[in-house]
Amino acid sequence: MAFTPSKETYSGKVYPVTIGTGEQAVTLGGENVLAFHAFEGATPNRPVIAYEIQDVPPADWPENVRKPFEAVSSDPVTWAKYCQNELKASAIALRLIGTHPDRENRSAEDAAKTVKDVLAAISVPLIILGSNHAEKDSTVLVAAAEAAKDKNCIIGKAQEANYKTITAAAMANNHKLVAMSELDINLSKQLNILITQMGFEKERLITDPMCSALGYGLEYTYSVMERIRLAALTQNDMTMQPPMLGDVGMYVWKVKETQAPESDLPLWGPAEERGIAWEAATATALLISGSELLIMRHPKAVEAVMKTIEELV
Amino acid sequence: MLIIGEKLSIIAKRVREAMMKKDKGPIQEIATRQWKEGSGIIDANIGPAEDGGEDMMQWMVTTIQEVVQLPVCLDTTNASAIEAGLKVHNNEWGRPLINSTSNDPERFSILELAAKYNSQVIGLTVGKGGLPADAEERCAIAAEIMGRAMEYGVPLEDLYLDPLVLQIATSQDHARHVIKAISMFQEMNDPPMKTVVGLSNISNGCPKHIRPILNKYYFIMLMNAGLTSAIADSHEMAEALNEKKLIDDVLAGKEIDDAKKMAEISKTIDVIMGNTLYAHSYLEM
Repeated sequence: MAFTPSKETYSGKVYPVTIGTGEQAVTLGGENVLAFHAFEGATPNRPVIAYEIQDVPPADWPENVRKPFEAVSSDPVTWAKYCQNELKASAIALRLIGTHPDRENRSAEDAAKTVKDVLAAISVPLIILGSNHAEKDSTVLVAAAEAAKDKNCIIGKAQEANYKTITAAAMANNHKLVAMSELDINLSKQLNILITQMGFEKERLITDPMCSALGYGLEYTYSVMERIRLAALTQNDMTMQPPMLGDVGMYVWKVKETQAPESDLPLWGPAEERGIAWEAATATALLISGSELLIMRHPKAVEAVMKTIEELV
Repeated sequence: MLIIGEKLSIIAKRVREAMMKKDKGPIQEIATRQWKEGSGIIDANIGPAEDGGEDMMQWMVTTIQEVVQLPVCLDTTNASAIEAGLKVHNNEWGRPLINSTSNDPERFSILELAAKYNSQVIGLTVGKGGLPADAEERCAIAAEIMGRAMEYGVPLEDLYLDPLVLQIATSQDHARHVIKAISMFQEMNDPPMKTVVGLSNISNGCPKHIRPILNKYYFIMLMNAGLTSAIADSHEMAEALNEKKLIDDVLAGKEIDDAKKMAEISKTIDVIMGNTLYAHSYLEM
């Protein structure tokens, strides 16, 4: 007897969210099944991987992930073009890390200029991220959102402490919005409710339940994402139906396993290969748990994950 | 339904200050109010009470029983404070209740005290390890506690099983596991085991205005599962009993006239049963 897979049907579906403008615009989400369960329903859009760049040179990135961008990363515009033209990125995530008060403390105006310059140089969608300093982000992201007006970017991340200003800025300038809470499904839902109660459409949200790297709490992120997706699909919980973001690169490339040289830990093998594998494994896990949008760093890790997606769809 | 009035707890600022100053006024006022509101036992929660716990418990028990003709629930982790309280407890108003023993070997001595002083005792279904995952684990621990109680000479009729209510804001699944545990506990003996919950913990961490709503509806659902007693706000529980019919109607799938109340009850039931994901604003959705 032939094998027939048992099929689940769900009452809910993930909102399709389109980012960017023109021919290069991409859509995430839209499925009414768990990740890659194409045999059970509709999976109209593939997960999207955005290349991470930043407004200041990546001096804090480990050498092995800095190297592929060595020639371009001194300038965000060159860096963005390289990702779009050479690496064929389908989206780019610009992290305005240089605005952090403990870093270069760049001003909101400087950040806005960087956003404008990058947008002028690329045609793929742009994700604009602050430095995760709740207070500074509420000025930086407002200026950035204005600078990117009508470019249909994703702005983020709105958190409990600053969601009001960032949401208002995303709304006024026609952007999508990342809502981030810290690994707590109930607070994630609450933040989405608060944001939509301001009049922001739930179909324009992206949920970030907070990423973590393999070996450093990935199972928590995985579980929260999985439960969010089950609430969206099985309970038709509209507050949990936005696509989910896995901000992978930032979390992966700061753990010991992606940094320690082989000379220190010979049993761990070559550091470069290890770092790439770490990023790819973390990203793949989050895709399986339901993430539709990943932000990643190393081109080889991206390539590996793209290949996995290709095999799974 | 036995309500164990929860208000005399060291967590409340006014109570704590009165305890520190040995000021009988507020303690007796709160105890009397809870008695009038229908409490059948007055809980005296003095916290871990590592220093001077014996004195404090004796003072609480005598202070309460001076004005209220009810037994006291001796609520502390300090076993010698419990023993001190049992020594002065006036059993004329009913037998005392100890809160609590558990499946943690460090808490077994509590059973000795219960047997020695002919006291009733709460058995909290947790062990030395982590929290019980579901109703079944709670039952497995309950069975251990029951066996231990018999071994120490505490009759099962004097044991109240407590499935441990957790916060719905962070441990939503446990709300329904606890309801199931309450009905399963009763099956573990004939006559059925008595049960108790620390009710208000369900809404701990929730916005102030939804706390009574969760407390009341959860209480009715537990009552329907066979709950025999609750450490709770006696005023809130009296209100809950007045609203019981409405809640039962919604639980039975009937429409009730007050649409707002209907929505409030059904959304709360859905959150308790895990049909919708809890968020602080769940009533607004």
